[in-house]
Amino acid sequence: MSLNSESSQKWQTICQLDDLVSNAGVCALLEQTNSTLNDSEQVAIFHLPNTEQQVYAIGNYDPIGQANVLYRGIVGNIGDDIVVASPLYKQHFSLRTGQCLQEDAKVKNYPVRIVDQQVQLLV
Amino acid sequence: MDSQVVRKTKVVVIGNGMVGHHFVEQLVELSKKEQVIEITVLSAESRLAYDRVHLSEYFAGKSAADLAMTDEETYQNWQINFAVDAKVSHIDKDEKFVETEQGQRYDYDKLVLATGSYPFVPPIPGKDQEHCLVYRTIDDLEAINASAKVSKVGVVIGGGLLGLEAANALKQLGLKTHVVEFAPQLMGVQVDAGGGRLLKDKINQLGVEVHTSKATSEIIAGEQSRYKLCFSDGSELETDLILFSAGIRPYDNLARSFDLAVGERGGIVIDNQCQTSTKNIYAIGECALWNNFIFGLVAPGYAMAKVAAEHILGQSAEFTGADMSTKLKLMGVEVGSIGDAHAKAAGSLCYTYENQPNGVYKKIVINADKTQLLGAVLIGDTSEYDTLLQYMLNGIELPESPEALILPMAADKPALGVDALPDSATICSCHNVTKGDIVSAIDNGACTVGDVKSCTKASSGCGGCTALVKNVTDSILEQRGVEVKKDICEHFAYSRRELFDIVKVEKITTFEQLLSSHGQGLGCEVCKPLTASILASVWNDYILEKSHVGLQDTNDTFLANMQKDGTYSVVPRIAAGEITPDKLIVLGEVAKKYNLYTKITGGQRVDLFGARVEQLPLIWQELVEAGFETGHAYGKSLRTVKSCVGSSWCRYGVQDSISMAILLENRYKGLRAPHKIKFAVSGCTRECAEAQSKDIGIIATDKGWNLYVCGNGGMKPRHGDLFATDLDDETLVKYIDRVLMFYVNTGDRLQRTSVWMDNLAGGLSYLQSVVIEDSLQISTELEKQMQSIVGTYQCEWKTTLADPEALKRFKPFVNSDKADSNIVFVEERQQIRPAYPHERIPVQVSDNEPKTSLEKSSAQSAKIVEPA
Ligand code: SRM
Ligand SMILES: Cc1cc2nc3c(=O)[nH]c(=O)nc-3n(C[C@H](O)[C@H](O)[C@H](O)COP(=O)(O)OP(=O)(O)OC[C@H]3O[C@@H](n4cnc5c(N)ncnc54)[C@H](O)[C@@H]3O)c2cc1C
Ligand code: SF4
Ligand code: FES
Repeated sequence: MSLNSESSQKWQTICQLDDLVSNAGVCALLEQTNSTLNDSEQVAIFHLPNTEQQVYAIGNYDPIGQANVLYRGIVGNIGDDIVVASPLYKQHFSLRTGQCLQEDAKVKNYPVRIVDQQVQLLV
Repeated sequence: MDSQVVRKTKVVVIGNGMVGHHFVEQLVELSKKEQVIEITVLSAESRLAYDRVHLSEYFAGKSAADLAMTDEETYQNWQINFAVDAKVSHIDKDEKFVETEQGQRYDYDKLVLATGSYPFVPPIPGKDQEHCLVYRTIDDLEAINASAKVSKVGVVIGGGLLGLEAANALKQLGLKTHVVEFAPQLMGVQVDAGGGRLLKDKINQLGVEVHTSKATSEIIAGEQSRYKLCFSDGSELETDLILFSAGIRPYDNLARSFDLAVGERGGIVIDNQCQTSTKNIYAIGECALWNNFIFGLVAPGYAMAKVAAEHILGQSAEFTGADMSTKLKLMGVEVGSIGDAHAKAAGSLCYTYENQPNGVYKKIVINADKTQLLGAVLIGDTSEYDTLLQYMLNGIELPESPEALILPMAADKPALGVDALPDSATICSCHNVTKGDIVSAIDNGACTVGDVKSCTKASSGCGGCTALVKNVTDSILEQRGVEVKKDICEHFAYSRRELFDIVKVEKITTFEQLLSSHGQGLGCEVCKPLTASILASVWNDYILEKSHVGLQDTNDTFLANMQKDGTYSVVPRIAAGEITPDKLIVLGEVAKKYNLYTKITGGQRVDLFGARVEQLPLIWQELVEAGFETGHAYGKSLRTVKSCVGSSWCRYGVQDSISMAILLENRYKGLRAPHKIKFAVSGCTRECAEAQSKDIGIIATDKGWNLYVCGNGGMKPRHGDLFATDLDDETLVKYIDRVLMFYVNTGDRLQRTSVWMDNLAGGLSYLQSVVIEDSLQISTELEKQMQSIVGTYQCEWKTTLADPEALKRFKPFVNSDKADSNIVFVEERQQIRPAYPHERIPVQVSDNEPKTSLEKSSAQSAKIVEPA
């Protein structure tokens, strides 16, 4: 995430660290308060305690399967990439970048941190 | 000159036995490009070619259709003229036509005699009575079947290979069975005296009485039984049915009548091109005499068929004799005979090993200078057959102490690696496939044993070469570095089977343990569910146990099947398809309440579609309260046991197929396996439950149950193999326990039982030996494993509903109770379905607007439906 955009963004607390599931994902809903349309954003948050970064957050919408399902995929690694496999058609998405490894597709990725047992996203 | 229409060469084939049919196949195959041949096939039998080699399986439940090697449609597609019930009685060599008994005339340019042979019935007075039969055709078998129904005792006259096979059939038909042999020993052609003695003991032990050195002088009326056999030594034997199996004679009558050269003791004389004394007439198969020798096996006949076909098409080809080695199993006794079994070659030497207590006899015959293997006899244990055969066929130099080849405990047993075989080594003699053929199949892209089999036809004949074909294929693949890669993924350098053993032996209970001790990295969507499945098979833990979360595919995690829009389907178990009206009403009410799409599945149950993740526990709460259990539609586990209504209602039912299906479904529900498992139970041979297309298929007989295994519908259908017949309930369950557990222990990831069977070295008979004869001595262990799984079953949904931690997983968002707004349904035929992209017009939904007005507000024909 580039620095200049950070000014307009804030760390928002999503849930407690306890709410995450080790080596799996959960989903968070980011409500767009200013929007008249009913388009809220869904974020898949993964907790991999055995990796350096520990928590990862990417968009929940699978652009290939076209459904909000990525948090329900299985996590793991392919070589150096830490990934989730979509539960629909099993393409892998990098948890660090949101890039799909098999196809030309990408999902958003979000900076995420843990402060005092709280899971926060920069949005 | 005007352009001419090329006249096609007319080829007429007399006889549509195995060899005649193989000839047709070869000719069609070889002449594919140039349509220069017109083939006519005349069969004296009432049906087209069938598999005579496996004729006896007719008594194990195979039908004429199962044994068929071709059918009318196939011949029509190949543009072959054919006639059944068309016995040729006349050949006109000058005018070049043949005529059938019915007076039908067929012109030929080339004539092929493939008339085979007929059973020889010795001229014993009284031989022509009603229940005196032979064993050669399907019609013969039908007659035997009918006669056995009104008989108690049966005698086979002749103790050769076929006689023993016939005796086995009589025994299977429930008759008290005797074998009467003129010579002092059984199977005199293939086996030496020592082997014959042991064979006799073994067969006597199996309850078939063997009488050797008996010459039958007369058949007269019996006192207790229908007939009495009188022997030249004055003794007698009473019987109801007599089966002659005293050798075969070539059908050379046409050759005799129409002046083709025949041998002194019969057989139509042929040269190396399979031509008879008249050059445009060929003879192939069991009617042909080559080099003063008749080959009574199918493989040499196939070789002749190929030579004749090539020669007719102007290619050069030569028949140079064939190996007569055989390996077979007679009434469960393994018998192998290779080459010069009787040590007839001058100066030959023998090594013999006999183990009377265990009923094993082995002999090898070698040449005078101890360098080459000439022959062998193996009784009771044929495990060295393949190796010995290759030594003999390929003239491989013998090791220092040749006896090591057959001694049981020889430490330095020279295992003949398949790599040592030359490219010319015959691997499958039925289809004449050499090692070189397998190499070139692999060069052309075959990369599994299955591929090699389907493009070379290897092991689709007698099946004796199955293990060898697999070994050769694997070894060649390995040499190429294509390697039969068995690592399941980058995290584990093991096959499923190896991981299974590791989990079991090292008592591993979590993925973390397995990964840290035997793997690397973080794991992935291949090894995680695989491990979860193995843990479930071995320990049968509740699959949503905290330590297993994240290992499962979404379907297992949410105990439901994910649909294309991210919603789920709900499939409660309806064992055997039986359901009370009250329960049906519950399903209807629940579906209505949650507005779920409802469909009867192909597995005799009801599927409710369109449930959101957060609705699953609510829906299941109601279902569990009404007495439903999970249907495991999501698991690699037992799906359904399909049933027919059976003897409880159906006027043809002979057993209670519903009760059996319910019993089995309840027994195996929850069992985790390499892939899903489906059963069916039919109440009679009409097979309304389609059991033969299931992993485990059961068909009622009037005596019990016939068990079929490893069938498959789906992408590559496979009929189940008949595994055992007329089982009682207890034995049926015992065999199923063992088969399934053996599969669970050894199957590959996502390998259905059908593919597992196709890749199982030794195939059906191997599985039978493991399960029925307990050849690996693991059946107690297999049953114990199964019992522990059956004993620890729990309905995963019931357990989940009682576990608040697990229920948290069904919350759609960690930070909100809203529903996913991306799920949009439309209505079709009064039910919901996911909207297609073009139907997803953005609509403003205000929360208090009633549903009907929303439906009206949509101008589309498809109505947008609000989430329930
Ligand atoms: C619902 C159902 C179709 C229907 O509307 O009738 C169905 C639906 C699915 N089948 Fe099936 N199959 C259904 C009966 C069958 C049958 C018929 C049968 O069981 O008698 C077959 C052929 C028989 C067989 O399996 O040998 C069948 C052969 C397959 C296959 C191919 C398997 C193969 O070995 O070739 C797959 C793919 C796979 O498993 O890899 C499959 C996979 C699927 C999946 C799981 C595909 C998927 O991943 O979404 C479908 C999801 C089920 C769901 O969401 O509930 N389904 N499927 C049937 C459920 C039966 C049940 O009550 O459990
Ligand atoms: C029970 C049994 C088990 C066997 N097991 C084995 C085994 O394990 N391994 C093995 O290698 N071999 C085995 N054999 C032998 C094998 O079946 C034969 O070698 C093979 O079938 C020979 O084929 P064929 O086409 O030459 O003759 P056949 O299969 O006998 O076919 C000849 C056909 O020609 C027909 N015919 C005859 N005369 C006329 C005419 N004038 N006009 C029209 N049609 C005519 C006959 O009716 C017959 O249908 C077994 C045989 C039997 C009976
Ligand atoms: S299989 Fe037989 S018993 Fe079952 S329904 Fe059909 S006819 Fe009736
Ligand atoms: S040797 Fe008979 S099938 Fe291969």
